[in-house]
Amino acid sequence: MATATADHAHDHPTGWKRYVYSTNHKDIGTMYLIFAIIAGIIGGALSGFMRWELAEPGIQIFPGLASMVYGHEWESAAALDAGKHMFNVFTTAHGLIMVFFVVMPGLIGGYANWFVPIMVGAPDMAFPRMNNISFWLLPPAFLLLLLSMFFEGPPGGMGTGGGWTVYPPLSTTGQPGPAMDFAILSLHVAGVSSILGAINFITTIFNMRAPGMTLHKMPLFAWSMLVTAFLLLLSLPVLAGAITMLLTDRNFGTTFFTPDGGGDPILFQHLFWFFGHPEVYIMILPAFGIVSHIVSTFSKKPIFGYLGMVYAMVAIGFVGFIVWAHHMYTTGISLDTQRYFVFATMVIAVPTGVKIFSWIATMWGGSMSFRPPMQWAIGFIFLFTVGGVTGVVLANAGADRSLHDTYYVVAHFHYVLSLGAVFAIFAAWYYWYPKMFGYMYNETLATLHFWVMFVGVNLIFFPQHFLGLNGMPRRYVDYPDAFAFWNMVSSVGYLIMALGLVFFFWTIIESLMKKRQAEDNPWGEGANTLEWTLPSPPPFHQFETLPKIK
Amino acid sequence: MANVNLTAEHSENRNKKVAIVLFALVAGMVGLAYAAVPIYQIFCQVTGYGGTTQVADETATVAIIDREMAVRFTASVDAALPIEVKPAAMSVDKIGSRVIVNYVATNLSDKPVATTAGFNVSPSKAGTYFNKIECFCFTEQTLAPGEVKEMPVIYYVDPELDLDKELDTIKEITLFYAFYAS
Repeated sequence: MATATADHAHDHPTGWKRYVYSTNHKDIGTMYLIFAIIAGIIGGALSGFMRWELAEPGIQIFPGLASMVYGHEWESAAALDAGKHMFNVFTTAHGLIMVFFVVMPGLIGGYANWFVPIMVGAPDMAFPRMNNISFWLLPPAFLLLLLSMFFEGPPGGMGTGGGWTVYPPLSTTGQPGPAMDFAILSLHVAGVSSILGAINFITTIFNMRAPGMTLHKMPLFAWSMLVTAFLLLLSLPVLAGAITMLLTDRNFGTTFFTPDGGGDPILFQHLFWFFGHPEVYIMILPAFGIVSHIVSTFSKKPIFGYLGMVYAMVAIGFVGFIVWAHHMYTTGISLDTQRYFVFATMVIAVPTGVKIFSWIATMWGGSMSFRPPMQWAIGFIFLFTVGGVTGVVLANAGADRSLHDTYYVVAHFHYVLSLGAVFAIFAAWYYWYPKMFGYMYNETLATLHFWVMFVGVNLIFFPQHFLGLNGMPRRYVDYPDAFAFWNMVSSVGYLIMALGLVFFFWTIIESLMKKRQAEDNPWGEGANTLEWTLPSPPPFHQFETLPKIK
Repeated sequence: MANVNLTAEHSENRNKKVAIVLFALVAGMVGLAYAAVPIYQIFCQVTGYGGTTQVADETATVAIIDREMAVRFTASVDAALPIEVKPAAMSVDKIGSRVIVNYVATNLSDKPVATTAGFNVSPSKAGTYFNKIECFCFTEQTLAPGEVKEMPVIYYVDPELDLDKELDTIKEITLFYAFYAS
């Protein structure tokens, strides 16, 4: 019978083993966050090249880039063609990286790993070793995706340029080279990682809550992860099935999506969007949970309408599965089918409205303080609402007929994801940073980060509404002169956003250098979830005695 | 201590049970993704969704109404299949009349070739009203080396189409065949 201290020494590995062999949810969470930041820099750099190219009409940047990367002769016709394809490769890789390797690892792998066990009063995740493999599947998946950019896609072009939706026939007969196979395998591996993670979260939440914590007393972030994990379990296997069919269509002569063999390419779109639509809620529900905690903390009030908030998330998750064909209004589905999907899509605005108004009601009459996490959270609410409103516009099949595949759609989903989800990631970063790393950051720098970034991203994406309404299609390397002005504004916005990121890294470096020890609870009486009862940073094994919830 | 171990074991078992159920859920969803393939096909055949045409009996009789409908015929051949297909010329008839047209296929190789054709009509909504009484696409077709084969299609357009508001402006239906090796 070992003593308690001996036990601790036994499973507290040090050095590289602490991370590579890690079964500790906090260390794994930190690794996920670092991974998401690295992937975010790469994915963000890809979009930087796109904005640079689109700053002015004409094709200026990508042919040179293709010459440098793939070795085509400088300013030759081959370089021009390769450059055009490279732009498509960049849009594809940017989308896949941001979805699978930035937002999901950041929100789910990072913050949820860190705080779901603590918030429900558990010592760790239910399956710590499975947690380790969940994380370590991601770097190889990311590597596969990056490698795909250096293998042949279509004849004579490098990388896969079919968009993150990988529709056949472009992803089957259109790009016979191995690049597409790399991308598909990357999605398989990333999908397995997410599914294992989801099973871990559900088991932890169902079985390991502290005594007295009923589901209806559980913090909203844990609830958001429970719903998200179920969405992952139900939707990702469908994507896995669909891309496996792509893989066999490409390599083993099956004809699931090939009309010349009795298949139907539209079936892929149904399967993809049956996954793809829940996927966007997978990326935003954890953000909802985080923002709820921050708004409540900095208003010094419990969240308004707790049960309404819980069941709004459950409702969003459920309805998210029966609206997928609103991505497919232009595929020739009948008017009656379109009518159903318009209606069902609009229904989602109701639970989403419940959430937005509950946040406002929480702030109403509260003792508010506008410290950095709160600035980001309010920024999230504003930006997500803008994106939600354009979503209601796009839900109309009639309006979508004209706006489909234009920059209006690009603006819409970047407002809800690139601005919404990413602002929630930063909100959580500044909310939990002192808890996770034990140091307090400089709040002036964090405030500067917020304002520069807020101006930047709005300047990038708001003008894209105008471009879309004027008919500028997405995914093109070039455009007519008529669209020049707002594209330039958008590209300038990118530079401002990039400047904002300088403040992000500056804040981190400053806090690591100054080493201001953070208190257990730096946010005061409003912060009342279990993580604030622990020291900052929490001990390697938390909850020597399980907390009791009244 | 023994007590503590018991609870630890107990909770481990509970975790395993939940995980097994969840893994089964994942496997079920992968299964459903594959089941979607035949289900989608049956759904299309039953509802005419996606322009899937209907099959009618030899004895089927419908009224001929005073509205004309042009039917255009097209075809595509899988690159791996050494045949040439000449679609029938466009046929303009009163809705409800029974029409016979011929596709002509030529085997360009010196080996017998077996082919099956997938099909649909455009606009998709017209699929429900497009009835084939006889079609080469119902069975596999085999062409001897160098054979030129006439392949008939007998069809009529159901006059019910006239009652469908969504198809009020439609004056032309395109029937498409995709030939592939079988």
